[in-house]
Parts: sequence; structure tokens; C-alpha cells
Amino acid sequence: MNRRDFLLSLAASACLSGCQPAANPLLPAGSMLGPSMERGHRLRGRDFPAPSETRKTGVAIVGGGIAGLSAAWKLNKSGFGDFQLFELEDAAGGNARSGKNAVSAYPWGAHYLPLPGVEARETRELLADLGVLQGDPYAESPSYDERFLCFAPQERLYRHGLWQEGMLPQIGATRRDQEQYRRFFTLLDQFRQRHGARGLRAFSIPAARSARDSDLVALDRISMRHFLQQQKLDSPLLHWYVNYGCRDDYGSDYAAVSAWAGLHYFASRDGRVGNVDSDQVLTWPEGNGWLVKEMQKGFSERIVSGALAQRMAETRSHVELDVYMQRENRSVRWQADRVIFAAPMFVLPHIFEGLDEKLKQACQQIRYAPWLVANLTLNSLPEPGHGAPLSWDNVLYGSPALGYVNATHQNLRSHEGPAVLTYYWALSGEPEKVARQRLFDTPWQNWSESILRELSRPHPDIRDKVTQLDIFRWGHAMSKPVPGWIWSAERERLTVPHGRVYLAHSDLSGFSIFEEANYWGVKAAEHVLKKATV
Amino acid sequence: MSIALLFSVFVVASCGLAYELVAGALSSYLLGDSVTQFSTIIGTYLFAMGIGSYLSRFIVKGLVARFIQVELLVGLAGGFSAALLFVIFAWVAGPFKLVLYGLVLLTGILVGLEIPLVMRILKQHYGLKDLVSQVLTFDYLGALAVSLAFPLLLAPHLGLIRTSLLFGLMNALVAAWALWLFRTQLAGLKALSVQCFLVSALLLGGLLGADRLTSLAEENLYADEIIYTETTPYQRIVMTRWKDDIRLFLNGNLQFSSRDEYRYHEALVHPALQAVRHPRRVLVLGGGDGLAVREILKYPGVERITLVDLDPNMTALFKRLPMLRALNQDALHSPKVSIVNDDAFQWLDRSHDFYDFIVVDFPDPTNYMLGKLYTNTFYRLLEKHLSQHGLAVIQATSPLYARKSYWCIDQTLRSVGLKTAPYHALVPSFGEWGYIIASHQPYTPPERYGASLRFVSAGLNPVLFQFPLDMAPVETEINRLNNQALVHYYESEWKHQAP
Repeated sequence: MNRRDFLLSLAASACLSGCQPAANPLLPAGSMLGPSMERGHRLRGRDFPAPSETRKTGVAIVGGGIAGLSAAWKLNKSGFGDFQLFELEDAAGGNARSGKNAVSAYPWGAHYLPLPGVEARETRELLADLGVLQGDPYAESPSYDERFLCFAPQERLYRHGLWQEGMLPQIGATRRDQEQYRRFFTLLDQFRQRHGARGLRAFSIPAARSARDSDLVALDRISMRHFLQQQKLDSPLLHWYVNYGCRDDYGSDYAAVSAWAGLHYFASRDGRVGNVDSDQVLTWPEGNGWLVKEMQKGFSERIVSGALAQRMAETRSHVELDVYMQRENRSVRWQADRVIFAAPMFVLPHIFEGLDEKLKQACQQIRYAPWLVANLTLNSLPEPGHGAPLSWDNVLYGSPALGYVNATHQNLRSHEGPAVLTYYWALSGEPEKVARQRLFDTPWQNWSESILRELSRPHPDIRDKVTQLDIFRWGHAMSKPVPGWIWSAERERLTVPHGRVYLAHSDLSGFSIFEEANYWGVKAAEHVLKKATV
Repeated sequence: MSIALLFSVFVVASCGLAYELVAGALSSYLLGDSVTQFSTIIGTYLFAMGIGSYLSRFIVKGLVARFIQVELLVGLAGGFSAALLFVIFAWVAGPFKLVLYGLVLLTGILVGLEIPLVMRILKQHYGLKDLVSQVLTFDYLGALAVSLAFPLLLAPHLGLIRTSLLFGLMNALVAAWALWLFRTQLAGLKALSVQCFLVSALLLGGLLGADRLTSLAEENLYADEIIYTETTPYQRIVMTRWKDDIRLFLNGNLQFSSRDEYRYHEALVHPALQAVRHPRRVLVLGGGDGLAVREILKYPGVERITLVDLDPNMTALFKRLPMLRALNQDALHSPKVSIVNDDAFQWLDRSHDFYDFIVVDFPDPTNYMLGKLYTNTFYRLLEKHLSQHGLAVIQATSPLYARKSYWCIDQTLRSVGLKTAPYHALVPSFGEWGYIIASHQPYTPPERYGASLRFVSAGLNPVLFQFPLDMAPVETEINRLNNQALVHYYESEWKHQAP
């Protein structure tokens, strides 16, 4: 070999390892999943078979997400058994649905629940009933079953090639950044401690139990980004951190989230507890899917799945609910004394005949964030990188996605083995319609390649480890708390009962979290129970 | 001829840089702190080259013959440098740096001699202007080629030992080639030919035997002869022997030395088991070596021993190798013993049985996975499987080297309502080691021991159960799944206090 050949071959081998073509054809097995679009979209065409049967029930619950299940759970707990729950999909759970394979159970959506504060009575009662909360559910600091508290280490952040513990950027944070962190957290502490009129906390979960002082409500009219600027907080790291919180909880950039909602995220959580720190969360391998599974144990036989409520009309004595049974391809007309409508509110105008025009407008005003959730099955965990070890929640700084959660983290297993990573991506950087279109038009291969390329940054060996990559597309994952919406008259209109129909959904709060859905579900059930006993 | 000599400049320069890179990489690999290692190696090497250049003026006669000999010497010194350093490091840690810098100095001086000699040889063919330009061009080209090839091709594919041997061989070949080119002008051709042949043969032999050399060096990273290695899905098992001392390492951590393991295992088993009235069912978690089981089998009343160890390769090994079967006295073949290869936490979570005596002998809490096995959640589970009058014993790392870790385990056991009796024993190969007995009823040390023992006796009780001031209890957090306090304690303590 002469010198020229030698140098050429060197250049060639350097290229082999350094300049691979952009598209890697080596993708793992996998598929694209999602809510049954054609079932829901059928509402637009309205071609359903005429009801072939008429049946009666005390209460019909439409929708088996957390709100619907909570309503059913409350009715069942109170000894009221005369109800039916209609779920469009093949399984209940809504945003908290989950999956399972040979390696682990894993979430398809919501994956944790922060420890509820004293105001979240309904959620605490539920957790006590399921054995998660131990002892008095109304105590200032109750205890929780430690198997369900997130194991350490909880979260880490990847920046500049290093993993750090915790989510607030510390690597490369200047003194100025640190000073602004302190100022921001002092501000949050003040909000956390502030009580408004009638002794209500400034920011409470459920939001309905928050104070309505005018200066607090005014925060709803500006964006979270604007609020930071008003406070002369301009640290790029702090802005990333706050924006991340908004994207993670609301599926929306902080520039499009109301400051009231943004602050609510940071200042409402005060779950003081006996046996843990306050920023602890409850979680399970299948995420909130565990709660879904446990909640419905007492009434699973009253859940009708594959059932699309396609027409709802109030008569003098009852509500007529036409339910299309997907598997049987026929409709059943249910005559219900009351209906708890616990599906997303954008569906309501499509099925509620004679819906009040203002209410209709309110429903149509809600903006929904599209999400993508991927579950990656790995034959073994990636090699540890630099810094903090693999945690439950793992976030990449500056990524358009939200990072990944290790579903096997909450496993009692004391040795390493195969794992499932749940990767979250809120398509928050563009108008909802555009994002939704992109979500559904982009094929599985392209999403998978984007995800793997992104994960290759901290984990160069990830492609060798992933054996399965499934993607779930959520077109209308959660309602966005855009500025002006939460404390608007339109949103308020959704929360009052409409004759025999009670609305119950986190959409009523203006943002999508478990506790809000649970609150409205239980509240609707309580209304119904009151009427039933009268 | 001049082209040929210029090409040899290219090779010689490649070799020179290669030795420098090998020395730098090897020292940062073995000693750490790569910035310091690389900059001191490069500095020493350049300085040595300066010395070589200076010394070249004293070579007056027989330029070509000296050049050939310098090449052969560089080939030898540089070629065997990595192998020599590996072996020195593995055998005796002390003079490693001395040998390292000595070698760097020697190679540097020899390499420093090369270029001036070549230039003087080539002087007959070029004017000064062209000479300097040509020689330095090929010198730097050679350096570029190696600096690219070293990290991309050589180090990852050949390894350091074979890389340096390969370049040594190239030096020797350059010498042989020069010998051929100047065969008509050289005096003492025969002697030079023999030297060339010998050096080439040595280097070639080294290159062919490099595998053996590598494993020899690795073997010596463990002080004694390696008699068994196996990489299982869960761990790397290495066994060594020196005279009659067999040592077991899991992932590089010493598990036992056959010379004093009786101290460890007698102290682990007997203070508790002797105090259990009518022990019938026994559970051993971890301890796939069967040595704890050997001690338990000294109690004829024990009817059934369940051994739960994650790694089937580990239990199979201690069932199979005669040397190990002699050590555990065939304990794992006893009809009373049933072996379960499963994750202890998950297995215990599924099991519904009660035990009169439970041995918890897990590896130290070096990571979050193992840390789970020391949490209150695990001990709550343990408590549920312990019969009313039963006792459990937990290996609890060293109360001397990891004092907070030790008392954290005690605190965590007590937090789930168990009563504890902490004690410790001296196991020379480990140092001062700690155990904790946990039970529902208060524990009293036995007044006599029935089994025939070499270490534990009733007279030893005061020594076992009393803690000197430097190991006395300290306040700690409770180790929970959601704080993993113990892993944090352990990490900071062993990092700073390990002997």
C-alpha cells in the first residue's frame, strides 16, 4: 500500500464512522396506534342505523376517561347501581390508557399523579379507597404506600453532554441565572402561601377551589412568558424551565399559556405528606392506567365498550341517548333519567340536539393540543452516560419533545434487564390544526427515525437496543389553557348543569389533569345522587 | 534510492508518533487524568527527541550502520513498550511511572537520532534547501497518518500492545531495507544482518503472542492466578487462586477468600440461628456460593433450606467445580436445599411462606438497583415472611468504613417495627464487617453453640455485640425506595474512606 492509498483508505474509514447517510433504514419493528378515528369521525357523517331496541337506565355516563370513571366510581361507592357507562374505544381510560407486553406494562398517556393537597378531597378519597393513601384522607400530611411513590432517582436533565439530577438547569447556569431562579421560586412561594377571599388558596387543585381575587384572575389575561418578562426575569435557562413545565402539563408553549395556568402548575402543588418530600409523585409502570384498572374493578360489568353515543336529546321525562354499538353494527336507544356527559366537549355539539347556542360556542372555542406518545421496548438499558444515572423521567434540554419515562423504573426488580421507555412529544410549536395534520400525515418511519435520532444524542447505542417502537397519536389530547380562557364566562358556562344533562370533564377546568377530571366526575355524580334521593 | 529513503522517513515518523500516542493512551488508561498524562508524556518525549538530535553530532563514522542500529533499537524499545508497561503495572504498581518515563525518554532519544542521521545520509543526494523541505514534509505526513489511524483504526481494532509491536516491526523492516539498499557500501554486513533478523523475529513473535501477553497482564490485575472467569447476563465472575487461597470476585468486588470466609459465614449464621428455638424452615437470599448453607446444615433440626440467588450460573458453578464443592462441603447438593434462581425482591413479593431463619446476604448497595434490597419496603416484606419466633440476619457492609451506611440499615430495619441486634466481626480479607439480627421478639445471644466452629463462640459475644467509639451508632435517614438514602451514604463513604 502506498502513502496515497493509505491516506485515501483512512479518509474512507473516517467517513464510514462519521458521515453516514441521513436516513437510517435500520428501524425496529413497530406500528402506529391511536384512538379510533373513523369511529369518532362517523359523527360528522351521521349515518347510523336506526335504534333497534329501547332500554332504560337511571344514569347514562358518556365517556370512560377519568371523569366518566370517577362519576361511575362515586355512584357505585354510594350504593347507586343503576347506571351504564358508554365508551367509544375498546377499553376505558381515555388519556390514562395503557398497554402491556412481555417486558412491562407502560402508559399510552398520563403517567403520574402529584400528591394531592387537602383541597383535592375527591382525589384523596379515591386514593384511600384504592389503598394508595393510607390512614385519614383528610389529614394535612397523609401517608402513601411506598410502592406507588416514584422511586429515586426521580428526574434528570441532559445538557452539554452531561446528565444532571433534577430538572432545573444547573450545568452552565451563571450566577445571574441562579439569582433569577431564587427570585422565581420566592415568587412561587408567595403565591403558594397566599390566601384570597373566603380563605381560599390563590392556586388550588381543583381549580374551582381557588381564590378569585381580581389581581389573581387578571393573571389569566396575560401569557406565562409575558408574566416572566413583567417580573424582569429573562434568564434563558429559567425560561426553558418554565416553558418545559407548560409544554409538559398543558401541551402548549408558555407564550400561549395563561400566566394563571402557568403559575397554577408551579404554585398549586402542596401535597405535604408524612413519609415523603412534597415534590413527590405517585406513579406505576403503566402510569395512570393503574388507577383506571383499579377504579373500574367494582363496576366493570356496567361499562359498554365500542359504544358511540351518537345522538342525545332531552325529553320532558328523560334523556334519549342513541348509542351505536360498533361490534354489533346497530343502535340502541337508551332512556336515561340523567346523563353525565364525560367525553371531550368538542364532541357535545355533534350529538346534543337542541344544544344552547352559547354553550355550543363555548365548546367550539376550546383548543386542543395534539400529542404523540411512543413506547420503545429495549432488550437492555443503554450504557450509562456521563453524570446522573438513568432516572424515572429523563429530559433532553432544548429538545422539541419532552423526554422519556422509564416504565420499568417502578418495578421491584433489583437487577437490570429489558426495559420499556415511554417517549412524550407535545406538538406545541405550531397552530393546533397544522400540528394535527402533521401528526397524522407523517408516516411511522419518519416519526421513528426522528425519535431514535433524538435519543441517539445521549444514548449512541439506542438503535442496537430497541426491539419494538410503537407510536400512539392523540389528535385532541388536552384542552389548552390559552390566555383568557380559564376565567372566561364561556368556560364557566360549561360547569353548570343543563337540565338532566351534567357535563363532567377536565375541559370544564380549561386544562387537562387527573385531579380536575376526577373532581368534575365526582361532582356530577353527587348532583345525580342528590336528585335521586329527593 | 533517495525516494526510498524519504519513504523510510515517512515510516520512521509514523513509528515515532505512534509510540508517543501509545504511551499517552496507556498511562491515561491505567493512571487516569488523561490531560496530565498526555501533556507530560508529550513534553518528555519532545525533550528526549531534542537530546537525541544533540547526541547525533557525536556519531561521526559509519552513518548508515548506526542508522540501522538506531532503527532496531527504536523497534525494540518502542515495540515492546506497551507490553512491558502492562506487565509492570499488573505485577508491581510502584515503579510503573519510573519505567514509563524511562521508556518514553529512551524511545524519544532514539527517535531524535533518526532524522538528523537520515538527513546526513541524504546530504549526498540533495542540496540543503531541498533536503530540509523533503525530509520534514515526509516527517509531518507520517505524523498525520498515524494521528488519524491511531484513534480510528489501531487502538480500537488492534489494541495498544499489538499497535506498538506492529510499529516496532515497521522500524525493524526499515532497518532491513536500509541494509539491502546499502549492502555494497557497508562494513560488517553479516553482524548487522543477524541483528536485523533477531529483532524482527522477536517483534514478530511478540505480535503473534500478543493475545497471551494481554491476558497475562490482565490476569495480573488480579493479584493471583485466575482459575475461572465467566460473564453471565448478570455479572462477571472471576476466581483466583494463590497457594490454597481461592478468591471469588463478582464484577471486580471480592466476595470471599477461602482462607477466612469461615469467619464471615460463621458470624453471619450462628449468632442468630443458634438462638432460634427449633428452626425448621430456612431462607437464604443471595449467597449462591452455598457457604452460608454449609453453616446452616450444621443444624440437623433444619428440614428445608430455600436458596434464592439471581444468577443460575453462580449456583451451577458452586454445584459443579470440585474445588468449590469442597469449599461448601457439597451444601448445594443436600436434599434439604432447594435452589430458586430469581430476583429476591420479586420472589419474596410473590411468596406466602414463613421462615424461622432468614439470611439476607446481598452485595453491598453500590447502585440504585441493589439499594432497593435495603429499603423499608423490602424489610416490610421480610418481616411478613419471618415467623413469630424467627430471626433474620442481614449482611450490612462495614460499620468502620461505611459507618452511616451500616446504621442506616439498622435504622431502616427498626422503622418497619423489627427489633434489631447489631454486631460485627473481623474478617481479615474484608476488614471489620457488620451484620444485623432482626426479629419480632427481642434477641438474646446464645450461651453456648452446638455446632463445631472455628471462630464464633459464646465467649466472643461481648466482642461481637459491643461497638467501639469509631463504629458507634449515628443518626441517619430511613432508606426508602423514593430516597435511596443508603446508596448516597455508601457512595460517599467508600469513596473517601476505603483503605
